[in-house]
Amino acid sequence: MSDHKYSEDHEWINVEGDIATVGISNFAQEQLGDVVFVDLPQVGAEVSKGDEVAVVESVKAASEIYAPLSGEIIAINEVLNETPETVNADAENGGWFFKIKLADEGEMDDLMDAEAYAAFAQG
Amino acid sequence: MRYLPLGEADRGAMMARIGITSVDDLFDGVPQSARLTKPLDLPPGQGELSVERTISRLAGKNRPMGSCPSFIGGGAYRHHVPASVDHLIQRSEFLTAYTPYQPEISQGTLQVLFEFQTQVALITGMDVANASMYDGATACAEAVMMASRVTRRKHVVMSANLHPHYRDSVLTASQFLDLNIDVVEPLPEVDKETACVVVQNPDVFGRLRDLKVLSEACHEVGALLVVAVPEVVSLGAVKSPGEMGADIVVCEGQGIGNGLNYGGPYLGLFATRDKYVRQMPGRLCGETVDADGKRGYVLTLSAREQHIRREKATSNICTNSGLCALAFSIHLSLLGEDGLKGLAMLNHQTAFKLADKLSEIEGVEVLEKTFFNEFTLKLSRDATQVVEDLLDKDIMGGVPAARLFPERSDMADHLIVAATETNTDEDIQAFASALQEVLS
Repeated sequence: MSDHKYSEDHEWINVEGDIATVGISNFAQEQLGDVVFVDLPQVGAEVSKGDEVAVVESVKAASEIYAPLSGEIIAINEVLNETPETVNADAENGGWFFKIKLADEGEMDDLMDAEAYAAFAQG
Repeated sequence: MRYLPLGEADRGAMMARIGITSVDDLFDGVPQSARLTKPLDLPPGQGELSVERTISRLAGKNRPMGSCPSFIGGGAYRHHVPASVDHLIQRSEFLTAYTPYQPEISQGTLQVLFEFQTQVALITGMDVANASMYDGATACAEAVMMASRVTRRKHVVMSANLHPHYRDSVLTASQFLDLNIDVVEPLPEVDKETACVVVQNPDVFGRLRDLKVLSEACHEVGALLVVAVPEVVSLGAVKSPGEMGADIVVCEGQGIGNGLNYGGPYLGLFATRDKYVRQMPGRLCGETVDADGKRGYVLTLSAREQHIRREKATSNICTNSGLCALAFSIHLSLLGEDGLKGLAMLNHQTAFKLADKLSEIEGVEVLEKTFFNEFTLKLSRDATQVVEDLLDKDIMGGVPAARLFPERSDMADHLIVAATETNTDEDIQAFASALQEVLS
């Protein structure tokens, strides 16, 4: 288990300093099935916690990705434009979606740790 | 025989379940003033023979194009549709499928749509086309909304020489989208706020222009160029919008394979660049292989559509003009590349002959120097009146500009005239003679 944090929207968040890297959990990619497209946000966009910032499309469905934390989008994972299947192969590492420069680190408190998330996902 | 699936007991059980006492309770939300309190005022039922007589009498009041020399265009064009098209579209294999959600039983329909998309992409000079839309005007509205999604910008520049029906469709469809739309001509400089520029080619007055410079200006600031083509036959002779740098091309496809149909159903063509395919509205057919490696067709990229994504869908169009698209595809296949080019050149030559002939008449000035099969005349009299007078002489003389632009009093003497391959030399002669009499 990693030191990732998780949201109730099945995103993982890894914070280094005031930069959070965000992707979807391994559980989420298993549920979605083969990912065929990821619509990423624009770098520079200011987002608030809960904003719809990205869309992940699988052969089964298209789902919104919500910002788990507030801040500015400072990077997106361009690899996903060419090889969206990276989300299936390596969801919680190489399949990251975007990085947020955090506006309010206090928002971290609402996130779950890996153990709590595993229980939540089994729900 | 009446079909009554439910009895009193069934209805009573359902009403009890949802907590109402009468069916009328369901309409509580409709204000009293909007409700009909008495039966519709309809005549009693009549026999078949009597109905046929009544309808024939009504139909006799119509003046069908083709009953006399006709030069009306303005967004709908009378072309010859070979009898084979009508025969083939009525084959039973094509009559069932509406929206082929179940590819394993709809391979024929899906293959037709796939071929249709290929044809549309080829003639517009674009990478990818959808399986069709309602008509050119609504396709244009979808193009504007798509450009706004792609660029994430809200400012739209629309040429004032866009057909007013297209303009109004865009304005109607976008009224809840918070777009800022300018309708102008000549076109202003575009900037980094501009989502797209919408132009028509040939424009509503028949004028053709090279869009290369405009497309470059758009791309420099990250705006898209949307090109509307209301006369699809023109693509057989005119450089394609794709070659001139368009990002989205919409056409009225009626001119190929489809009659005038009283103004509808028509056929919207929609094509764009590969990189924008996920923002493209409508159905899309794809070719793939099945588990045995055999070729097959599917509806693809459906996850962005309304039936899956609900209110988050790329567009709320979730269907296509299947039958009109089929007719288009059959006619275009029969024509082939050379045939389309030949048809287009014949249209142009006929229009050129007409312009030549009419320009000899005193009181007539041909305003367009570069046109395809439609051009605008400036007359020495009010054009609406001239068209009425021509009709008395059994000539349908075109569309008065005032009909499309009632607010433009400076265009009261402008007449928009179209000629197609259906117009003979005798038609042209008859038009010229009648116009001369009417103007003198």
